[in-house]
Amino acid sequence: MPATSDVSGADMALLISHLDVRFGRGEEAVHAVRDVSLTVRRGESFGLVGESGSGKSTVLRAIAGLATDWTGRIAVDGEDLGRKRSKAFYETVQMVFQDPYGSLHPRHTVDRTLSEPAKIHGIGNVGGRVEALLHDVGLGPEFRFRYPHQLSGGQRQRVAIARALMLEPRILLLDEPTSALDVSVQAEILNLLQRLKHEHGLTYILVSHDLAVIAHMCDRLAVMNAGRVVEEMDVDQLRRSQPQHNYTRQLLNASLGYDRDKADSLLTFD
Amino acid sequence: MSGPGTGSLLEVEGLSIDFPTRTRTVHAVRDISFSVGREKVGIVGESGSGKTMTGRAVLGLIRPPGIVTARRMDFDGIDLTKLSEREYRRIRGNRIAMVMQDPKFSLNPVMTIGRQIDEAYRVAAGAAAGAARRRTMEMLKAVRIRDPERVYKAYPHEVSGGMGQRIMIAMMLVAEPDLLIADEPTSALDVTVQMQVLAIVDDLVSQRGMGLMFISHDLNLVASFCDRVVIMYAGQIVETCRASELHKATHPYTRGLLASLPRVDQPVERLSTLVREESWKTEPGVDARNL
Ligand SMILES: Nc1ncnc2c1ncn2[C@@H]1O[C@H](COP(=O)(O)OP(=O)(O)OP(=O)(O)O)[C@@H](O)[C@H]1O
Ligand SMILES: Nc1ncnc2c1ncn2[C@@H]1O[C@H](COP(=O)(O)OP(=O)(O)OP(=O)(O)O)[C@@H](O)[C@H]1O
Ligand SMILES: [Mg+2]
Ligand SMILES: [Mg+2]
Repeated sequence: MPATSDVSGADMALLISHLDVRFGRGEEAVHAVRDVSLTVRRGESFGLVGESGSGKSTVLRAIAGLATDWTGRIAVDGEDLGRKRSKAFYETVQMVFQDPYGSLHPRHTVDRTLSEPAKIHGIGNVGGRVEALLHDVGLGPEFRFRYPHQLSGGQRQRVAIARALMLEPRILLLDEPTSALDVSVQAEILNLLQRLKHEHGLTYILVSHDLAVIAHMCDRLAVMNAGRVVEEMDVDQLRRSQPQHNYTRQLLNASLGYDRDKADSLLTFD
Repeated sequence: MSGPGTGSLLEVEGLSIDFPTRTRTVHAVRDISFSVGREKVGIVGESGSGKTMTGRAVLGLIRPPGIVTARRMDFDGIDLTKLSEREYRRIRGNRIAMVMQDPKFSLNPVMTIGRQIDEAYRVAAGAAAGAARRRTMEMLKAVRIRDPERVYKAYPHEVSGGMGQRIMIAMMLVAEPDLLIADEPTSALDVTVQMQVLAIVDDLVSQRGMGLMFISHDLNLVASFCDRVVIMYAGQIVETCRASELHKATHPYTRGLLASLPRVDQPVERLSTLVREESWKTEPGVDARNL
């Protein structure tokens, strides 16, 4: 049976169809996500790239239940989601936020940040897991009792990644998870994510501005611009630099490096 | 490279930053020396190596219990080590500005974005309200905000990660500083918007002689955008070179960084990672002053 024929099938980790997300009402409303449809198979890694402000984080936030004013359909593991998320949902789906500083409680130590959700969800051997995960994200035991303001940007981001992994979710929503990391720590984190995926069959939705990271991690990707998905491609098309849409073409071209003259030739697409 | 006769804008010699904690003292920055002329100096290095703290120290923003010591820290003829908090306030945000690594966290959460940029401009230029608003709108457009009218009235939590970074850049640039310290200023921007925003900064350097300290993890970007690069590891400067020659860097840490980059055109099963040598921490650092 072809895998694509049955979109609500059990091998679909995530199905989004005709998703619209708004903030506010009436005249002032921001229509952040417009008619977005995506499917992600179990065990697949799916990339989201596109213009800053195009709605990538909002798509993830709608899935995670953090943006509630949406219409359309969101289904996880074949089950349609409503506006509210159950406690069990967060054992399946976890999110790493784009802005790690805002997502860490300023007066909680790293230890408390990591152990609290695990205790709430009744996970055993919390102390051991905290230790193992800190090690996995390259933070030594000396970081365990520090507060967020005592950490560098990349150290905070790694705490946020460790927290998402604490509950052993099957689906991870990763919003720029390595953008604050130097490339060697990034390599370690990406290798860790790949290993976990192979061991546990995890599914990833990964937002990144780094096309090389997307190419390394993902099987397929969607390109967003001004709230819409303008094109979906598989990683081979990305590697061979064969975009369909003009925005994507510009994106691939700009990724070759800074060029003052090129900057003046870039267009805005609506 | 600084142009003929322009000299250094910032000269730092022997800067160290320590944080005593309950169990031990963290030596965040260890005896580094560098300079910034009217040029773009890239600072790359591992997570936790002291890049942000170096920038904050130049601005006099290391909070207690942190301890800053320096043999010399001169900015355009001003001895920064001798400044009182009051004197620092006249320079900060005005002659030296910093784009913080967590822009949305650094903005005031209960004040609209427009008002915050207006205020930055009014303080720096002594401008009237109407003029400030016009300048703010201009800057929002310049950093490619698609709907500046809405964003002017919005609060920081109502914008995306990359919009927050662009707002922070706009706010720091309205004051037309002589030295801009930009801490991962474009890490949340797609490459097209990034290039357009960096072009503004580039023009300020080439046309107005601004100095730029550009902290970034993006090696390809630093190599193509900056003039010089300083590489930090464990609180020290381990290597420095011309940006265009970054790919020929020789320190094993820098080599390791370059080797761990994923590439669009060359798929690999596993990314190569660094084996960090203890000796990188103990060998003496290098002087990155452009003498
Ligand atoms: N208040 C503090 N107490 C103890 N240690 C601190 C404190 N503030 C910072 N540090 C430590 O100082 C070191 C340097 O921090 P800094 O923020 O400068 O790193 P960075 O190079 O900017 O890293 P990143 O790329 O991850 O942002 C880090 O190891 C950090 O954990
Ligand atoms: N709480 C909110 N209230 C009002 N508007 C919002 C809110 N959150 C997001 N938006 C708007 O929705 C749009 C999409 O934002 P989103 O954060 O999804 O973008 P993004 O693609 O993740 O961008 P970036 O790459 O810069 O992070 C933006 O115009 C933003 O201003
Ligand atoms: Mg985002
Ligand atoms: Mg930093």
